Amino acid sequence: MFLWTLLLVVLLAAGAYMAGRQRAIALQGAAGVRLHSLPSYHGYLLAAAALIGGLALAIATALAFGVHSPLTAVAAVIGAAIAAVPLYGKDTPDFRARNLFERVVLVVLVLCSGVAVLTTIGIVFSVVWETLIFFRSVSPFEFLLNTKWAPTGTPPSFGFLPLLAGTFLVTFIAIVVAGPLGLLSAIYMAEYATPRLRSVLKPVLEILAGIPTVVLGFFAALVVAPLIRNAGISVGLEVASESALAAGLVMGMMIVPLISSLSDDIINAVPQSLRDGSYALGATKSETIKRVVIPAALPGIVSAFMLAISRAVGETMIVVMAAGLAANLTANPLAAVTTITVQIATLLVGDQEFDSPKTLSAFALGFVLFFFTLFLNYIALRIVQKYREQYD
Amino acid sequence: MTELRSELIAKRYRAERRFRFYGATALAVTAAFLAVLLVSIVWQGLPAFLEKKIQLEVTVDPAAVDAANPVAGDYDKLLREGLRTLFPEASSRVLRKALNGLISTGGSDDLRSRVVADPSLIGKTLTVPALLSDDADLYLKGQQTGVTRAPGASAIQIAPLEGEEGFLITGDTPEKSPEALPGQLVQAGAVNLRITAAKPGYVTAEALTPMEPAMQQLAAGQWQLVTLSVPEQDRRISDVQALWLEKLKAEGRVETGFNWRFFTAGDSREAELAGVRGALVGSLLTVAVALAFALPLGVAAAIYLEQFAPKNRFTDLIEVNINNLAAVPSIIFGLLGLAVFLNFFGLPRSAPLVGGLVLALLVLPTIIIASRAALKAVPQSITEAALGVGASKQQAVFQHVLPLALPGIMTGTILGLARAFGETAPLLMIGMVAFIADIPSGFTSAATALPVQVFLWSDLPEAAFKSKTAAAIIVLLVVLFALNAAAIYLRKRFERRW
Repeated sequence: MFLWTLLLVVLLAAGAYMAGRQRAIALQGAAGVRLHSLPSYHGYLLAAAALIGGLALAIATALAFGVHSPLTAVAAVIGAAIAAVPLYGKDTPDFRARNLFERVVLVVLVLCSGVAVLTTIGIVFSVVWETLIFFRSVSPFEFLLNTKWAPTGTPPSFGFLPLLAGTFLVTFIAIVVAGPLGLLSAIYMAEYATPRLRSVLKPVLEILAGIPTVVLGFFAALVVAPLIRNAGISVGLEVASESALAAGLVMGMMIVPLISSLSDDIINAVPQSLRDGSYALGATKSETIKRVVIPAALPGIVSAFMLAISRAVGETMIVVMAAGLAANLTANPLAAVTTITVQIATLLVGDQEFDSPKTLSAFALGFVLFFFTLFLNYIALRIVQKYREQYD
Repeated sequence: MTELRSELIAKRYRAERRFRFYGATALAVTAAFLAVLLVSIVWQGLPAFLEKKIQLEVTVDPAAVDAANPVAGDYDKLLREGLRTLFPEASSRVLRKALNGLISTGGSDDLRSRVVADPSLIGKTLTVPALLSDDADLYLKGQQTGVTRAPGASAIQIAPLEGEEGFLITGDTPEKSPEALPGQLVQAGAVNLRITAAKPGYVTAEALTPMEPAMQQLAAGQWQLVTLSVPEQDRRISDVQALWLEKLKAEGRVETGFNWRFFTAGDSREAELAGVRGALVGSLLTVAVALAFALPLGVAAAIYLEQFAPKNRFTDLIEVNINNLAAVPSIIFGLLGLAVFLNFFGLPRSAPLVGGLVLALLVLPTIIIASRAALKAVPQSITEAALGVGASKQQAVFQHVLPLALPGIMTGTILGLARAFGETAPLLMIGMVAFIADIPSGFTSAATALPVQVFLWSDLPEAAFKSKTAAAIIVLLVVLFALNAAAIYLRKRFERRW
């Protein structure tokens, strides 16, 4: 129903455009009157007025009487008329339709850019608000210091340390895998690969970057986890069927393209003159890379690692599918662990009652996650800003 | 002295080669991971695009199908009866249940549509294809156990053992006794036996179906020895079911077709009936909503920030915000959708509308950043030329800069859409994760999305769903590759360098 109302508003706006433009053309035709703006701007102005007026009243009506009420259509017509008709009478020669219209456009553009700010406010508002409600029933000290996470147990226990440990463990494995692979790949791509090889290798990394994480999670659970389990059993190790190692390994492979593409850009940005200077002193290529290029690119590389960590901490599907739900406080990569994101996902899937601490605890975890990743991103930004060498 | 130096140089060159080798290895490991990932998924998923059916002669019994209302007839029962006429030895309840387990509970659609289209078929006997159950399907695709069939090389005699349960199988001479091992199966017509022990000169066997008559003479070639590599307790198809399927196969009743149902059906609890259409439609609706919101908002924001924004606190704030949002974990957007769209605004759960809004916010930073880069790439001279002939700043931007930046903007948008298409975590939060068998009909009806379907199926214990999951992943990856190819095409076709 509301879609039809929206369509009606668009039609009204189109009608207003025609009417405004026609009237301006008619005025201009009459005995040498010269309007300030082109006729189409008179049309655009009326159309914008009809659109804004119609939409505003229709949405207000929808909020008051429900989205499916036919009254919204009536309201759209009335709103469009109220906004557009007074402007229709104003078409005098010195009426600056274009300037007015452009001001409207500018306001719309500013509002659109404001959506990003609104989104951030929405995120902060939703996680902080629900977290405050959560801390009314569970003390923050229990949340931060208790070592047992059992939100559905009797009595429930909300110590998030095991989740933090699990998150760090998986992230650590991921970075141990992705750091060397990504950095070495970037160095090879930037310094050694021929353009032809580069044109083959770059798409490989891009394809890997574009694979949805749910696919990687499926792969981790179906192929990597049994592989690790069988390998572990064959050398006599106890391996859980959902181990931190499987999730961490696949997550590391997910992050390789991120680290390698960021580092690639940074290494390429190191001026050639530095390399030439090093070669002139007789250094080999690898010595140049190790002693000159990498130190010069270090702030950027560190910031790339920060972004990679933030990505790993916030990754959900791989750990949901491969790391499991057991909240173990352990540093053993072969045991099943759970992470912050896994718990958010499992607590909020299905019907939630919004007054139970169980549901609210997910928002408290979201709070931790959001501000932790924000902090990492901020550090990454600061490192680049503060330590970047200014060449040229 | 020179010797020492050349040794040092050789060492340094070795280090150089080693370093270079490390780099190449890193890339090779990454490429190998991608290759293993893709190959294992295609390997798993391809069989799910085929389905197995068996041809059955079915008598459309007027007692089961009412001519006045043929849609309501019990066609499953007709198929079961058709199957039973082929295997009269399935006389007990347990055996009949095993037999019925071979065909799908929803496999009678073909028969139903034929009878509904032509009610005069009631009372006649037809040959119709019946869809096999997921387990029988997997067995015939060789995914449950390895199968070897050997035709009987010599004549054998089957006789009941004296004084105990079971049967004795001997060759026509003691030297020609069948060379069978315990666990192997003997099949001949309605005879279904499992070897229990092999002794010199004879073997003993147990009957899987009643033996009628109890004493039988079988000539060479009249019977066959079937060996299944996986023990019975480790597979979903029992020995007797396997023998029946082997018989159906030997009679040429099994046919393989392309699994169109996978693309035309919604989700189902039965693996052989489940399809991705519901999830695909849900994904398209969701991504359409995301596009409708994110593209205009993103382009408008990019135009403002790149072309009009004064350098002040407010625009700095917006820029920092956009860069931060680009790095916020996607699950946080799910929390936002849950708290704001569902709880605060009261929008419906599980709806593509809400999913689309969440994904729109998720890809907005991507689109803004890509659009800004595209707008920035248009040289200043274009704007200046427009301004020079008297255009207003907005006329210059909207009539000259924006059209030139459009290919870049579209490329960025398509890549953003590809990201939205593969996104799962935020959709879990807003309830697009339920079992939904119907094809979603609109933006507010309950729906799921393709990646969420992958997640749901991957969680199911049935072996057939593993294959289905991989097949759904193949569909997902094909869509993503198509989107990326479109982006690359746009970039190559319209890219301009100034």
